[in-house]
Amino acid sequence: MTDAPTNQRLEAEAADDTVWVQEVAFIDSVPRWIAMTFVFVVFIGTWDLVTRLELVSPIILPTPWETFDDMIFVGNNLLSGGYMLVSLWITVKEVIYGFALAITLGFSLGVLVGETVFGEKAVMPYLVAIDTMPKVAFAPLFVAWLGFGIESKVALAAFIATFPIVVGTAAGLHSADENARMLFKTMGASRMQTLIKMKLPTGLPQIFTGLKIGAVGVMAGAITGEFLGGGKGFGELIRVAASQLNTPRVFSLILYLSLVGLALYLIVQWTQRRIVFWQKESVGAHDN
Amino acid sequence: MNASLANDYSGASSEAPVYELTNVSKTYARNAVIALENVDLTLRHGSFTSVIGSSGCGKSTLLKIMAGLIPPTKGRVILQDKPVTGPRRDIGMMFQQATLFPWKTAVENIVLPIEIRDGKAAAKQAREKAHDLLDIVGLKGFENVYPNELSGGMAQRASICRMLITEPAVLLLDEPFSALDELSRDMMNMELQRICREQDATAFLVTHSIQEAVILSDEIVVMKPRPGRIAEIVHVDLPRPRTLDMMTTPRFGEIVDHIRSMLDKGEDM
Repeated sequence: MTDAPTNQRLEAEAADDTVWVQEVAFIDSVPRWIAMTFVFVVFIGTWDLVTRLELVSPIILPTPWETFDDMIFVGNNLLSGGYMLVSLWITVKEVIYGFALAITLGFSLGVLVGETVFGEKAVMPYLVAIDTMPKVAFAPLFVAWLGFGIESKVALAAFIATFPIVVGTAAGLHSADENARMLFKTMGASRMQTLIKMKLPTGLPQIFTGLKIGAVGVMAGAITGEFLGGGKGFGELIRVAASQLNTPRVFSLILYLSLVGLALYLIVQWTQRRIVFWQKESVGAHDN
Repeated sequence: MNASLANDYSGASSEAPVYELTNVSKTYARNAVIALENVDLTLRHGSFTSVIGSSGCGKSTLLKIMAGLIPPTKGRVILQDKPVTGPRRDIGMMFQQATLFPWKTAVENIVLPIEIRDGKAAAKQAREKAHDLLDIVGLKGFENVYPNELSGGMAQRASICRMLITEPAVLLLDEPFSALDELSRDMMNMELQRICREQDATAFLVTHSIQEAVILSDEIVVMKPRPGRIAEIVHVDLPRPRTLDMMTTPRFGEIVDHIRSMLDKGEDM
């Protein structure tokens, strides 16, 4: 490969160095922010066109500009500490409590299943069985047990988010290779030492993958809980707006809600980068 | 140089035995497989012994018994006059993979055996020794580097330090450089020889490479499968210190040919 240019030069007897031009498609060479802006403009433009030509009823799809106006209205309400902020805070609390509960439960069960033969043999099958159920179907039960307050939403959110954390933790504990196990044995390490000093750190990448999936699930759980169990959260605002056919409001509420989910995800990701500093970035590694 | 050759001529057989296996057998009860049958083996102080054989000859079983990871079914396993009944700190071990932990720096990885056995405070005190060992293996200046930044050969050097930190009486080496490319492998083998001589170490190497076994060893245990047993113990009378040039000498070739014919003889490899 490296001597190819010299050969060519000898043959051509030319003074110019052989220059290899790596062909890059134009669309891949555009800077990221321009590309992202471009996609955004196309998206809004299509949206605008569809509503302008009245291809879809305005009740089903508002214009982008109506949605923007409503986002500003909702934004003002949130910033001025209006009733929407109160609702948002309720939902955020549900998400935080739900996630904390899911982490505690998921991690404990994950260690039980991943570290003990008993857990793997006797507990895991039940977890798998419950995990395959549509967990949202449990919402009415949680409401019946815990009432219409935030408890039933926290329970559903935690219920949905626990399983990926269990699976991530158990898989993480199993990910230590044979050599590392043997090494710890030859060093005379106790089971606890092996778990804490080797298996847990080794499994952190998988544990965090479970946490990220759980972070997404906990949002879905909280909102579903609010849809099905009432209360005063953000989900209730969305439900009411939808029942009034106020679609711009639904859209803008969903967008603000997605910011909460994004924030939670980013917090988990940031924590992962701090703690699992040795893990190489693998997702979205196109720009090398 | 020539004068020292005579002195360095493999004289390990007169040294005191460090590790003695007498009549060791291992049967895996599950499927009644005889993995090892009547193995007698003596490692003398400062000697380098290799074990070679086709797969299924029981060499990894032998190594695990010697490391105290599994018990023998029969026979006596004595290290430094005490029977081996489990992992011990006077046994050092090294694997095919460096198995350094990416969340620990080179030094932290090296003092890990101390941390496990004696706690964090003792591990901290052992840091200075870890620095010295890194110096010996040629990794000075890499004390606080994380394993991700080390090459394969450098990682194996660090894992040599981790093996040496507890000052083991015997070094068990399980194909330690077989994951490296051939050039690094030859170099690491010469390094290993130098380190073993400097530390006056007693080493036991499991390998698949006849050349590697011959260039490093005083004695080579040739094993045969089904049931796993010792076919012959070959004494390597090449002078020490060994150099890579010796691989082209007639004597080296003779020993390699002899071992190869032993391994080929009537056994399905």
